[in-house]
Amino acid sequence: MEEIKLMKGNEAFAHAAVRSGCDGYFGYPITPQSEVMETLQELKPWEETGMVVLQAESEVSAINMVYAGAACGKKVMTSSSSPGVSLKQEGISYIAAAELPCLILNVMRGGPGLGTIQPSQADYFQSVKGGGHGDYHMIVLAPSTVQEMADFVDLGYELAFKYRNPVLMLSDGVIGQMMEKVVLPPYKPRRTMEEVIAQCPWATTGKVGRPHNIITSLALESEVMEATNNRLQAKYREIEENEVRFEEYMLDDAEYVFVAFGSSARICKQAVEYARAEGIKVGVLRPITLFPFPTKKIQELATRVKGFMSIEMSAGQMVEDVRLAVNGTKPVGFYGRQGGIIPSAEEALEALKTQIIK
Amino acid sequence: MAKFKGAVVVDTERCKGCGLCVAACPSKVLGLAPQVNAKGYNYAEMVNEDACVGCCSCGYVCPDACISVYKVTL
Amino acid sequence: MTKQDIIKPENLVYGKTKVLTDNIMHYCPGCSHGVIHKLIAEVIEEMGIQEKTIGIAPVGCSVFAYNYLDIDMQEAAHGRAPALATAIKRLMPDKVVFTYQGDGDLAAIGTAETIHACNRGENIVIFFVNNGIYGMTGGQMAPTTLEGMKTATCPYGRNTDMYGFPLRISDLLKEIDGTCYVTRQSVHKTANIVRAKKAIRKAFQNSIDGKGTSIVEFVSHCNTNWKMTPVQSNAWMEEHMFAKYPLGDLKDTPKKRFDEINHL
Repeated sequence: MEEIKLMKGNEAFAHAAVRSGCDGYFGYPITPQSEVMETLQELKPWEETGMVVLQAESEVSAINMVYAGAACGKKVMTSSSSPGVSLKQEGISYIAAAELPCLILNVMRGGPGLGTIQPSQADYFQSVKGGGHGDYHMIVLAPSTVQEMADFVDLGYELAFKYRNPVLMLSDGVIGQMMEKVVLPPYKPRRTMEEVIAQCPWATTGKVGRPHNIITSLALESEVMEATNNRLQAKYREIEENEVRFEEYMLDDAEYVFVAFGSSARICKQAVEYARAEGIKVGVLRPITLFPFPTKKIQELATRVKGFMSIEMSAGQMVEDVRLAVNGTKPVGFYGRQGGIIPSAEEALEALKTQIIK
Repeated sequence: MAKFKGAVVVDTERCKGCGLCVAACPSKVLGLAPQVNAKGYNYAEMVNEDACVGCCSCGYVCPDACISVYKVTL
Repeated sequence: MTKQDIIKPENLVYGKTKVLTDNIMHYCPGCSHGVIHKLIAEVIEEMGIQEKTIGIAPVGCSVFAYNYLDIDMQEAAHGRAPALATAIKRLMPDKVVFTYQGDGDLAAIGTAETIHACNRGENIVIFFVNNGIYGMTGGQMAPTTLEGMKTATCPYGRNTDMYGFPLRISDLLKEIDGTCYVTRQSVHKTANIVRAKKAIRKAFQNSIDGKGTSIVEFVSHCNTNWKMTPVQSNAWMEEHMFAKYPLGDLKDTPKKRFDEINHL
């Protein structure tokens, strides 16, 4: 029988990591995600599954440990919050360029700069448009419940290894810190070395019976570098084709659509209740993957609804992708709060009325 | 009379003519050739074959691993 | 006895190790990197650890070390090699893991990664090539550049009032409890090369024996950016570099194990 537990999103992520057969976690403390490493240290998975848990000297070091572990074909991960994830961007660019599978969790807090420790969604651009230098994308999953903080670990690894690409879980301080019921996934054994070598013949597992494997992102010849870029772009197009995920909430008869991810989507669902009580037909489109973005779904909705409203905890970032998808065919509004302030359902509905319904 | 006799073979296409082997040879066996290889380097060669005792100093100091040393006991 | 009589496979006493690939190295003529690569490759062959050795190449002249060493290798971001080595060794403890880093990589941008890998006593080997200059980018000042030494970014000589002093980072690392073996070697003369090779072997053995972090510094030259011939560079290095960076073992003590320590 399924066992229902009550825990924080950060804790659920840590439990799910151990259960997913993860080989190594490398992190550095930062609020509001420190419970991830604290939980892992408490769980002592190295005694049970052999999973390595290591507190690095910096976020920079932690992401480079992830690079190396992923280059060995291992299931590795790191977690951090916004300022820490900024520090990781160099490493993420190298990971994307070397096409290494790994999982990165960002429990977003308000910025810019040292900012605040309160929740935010202002790292959207950084997450979906690249973040580090060069043309690359991570696959970005946006959990909106504690359950998804647990479930997206397995999903993230599945996508990471399928495409040899870093996967980012873009959470926020609300989801990370709040307690909710969760059913933890069943235990999966860590892969044996033989299984790692079979799954990742490219990995640096030791030169045994094959030419030496090299993991690098360096290509001084322009033709080689362009070919690498073309290969990456082709992979991103394939991901856009196959891996778009979203949740539809009361969209069947909707005349207006809230587009929101993560904790903002939860607020929008409440706003839908208020709106429908007033006779306004509104639904929510919740992108689960932010890259790839549900562009086609929004285009399809644009043919039958009267307008869109992007609700975010930022100054307006995802709204740009909504506008690109809608391409001027319908009005697109934006409402957001910043600095750790969470927009209320009432504010979201009021913004819809004043900006779109008029 | 030396107890050993040696011979040095230089992979002339790998050699960059840095001259470290010439300087390292205690018996002054090696010199840089007046000719150049495909990359334009004056490669190392034996200029005093009889003096080689196969000590391998040239091989040790060669940064490009282009020297093989052979040695026989007389 | 003619040369042809001597040159027979059974008489071969020195040749290229098979752990070096056949790729021609991109290094400038006379560069110490080639000798150091060769020694590492020879030791890997002699210890029979080619199949279980994972190397980390740095950013700098030796960025392409992976093209020359016939072992599995990873290319690190600038300065991050010890973090990579840490993860590999932790995830695959049966592997022999080493980093290969220059002075800019190890002693400037990667100081934190270096010190903390050493402080954790990671059972890895750090090969540190110190030629007092940034070679690949065209001869800029390094943390190890000597007082008064001219480089592209201190063309009038390193002024210690402006840029501080040459960093003897190996002396720093020997003070860290996690390091077990810190030695400073050179590869400019046969005798030094023989000693350096022994140091490399000892460092690898320490890693296998779990004694802690081993650091082998190679005081080297950069004849191109020093603007000298290789032979002149070696002489200049002996005269000036060795005064600041004296050769020899700085430390040879295994790290303490947790159960040997009086702890809380």
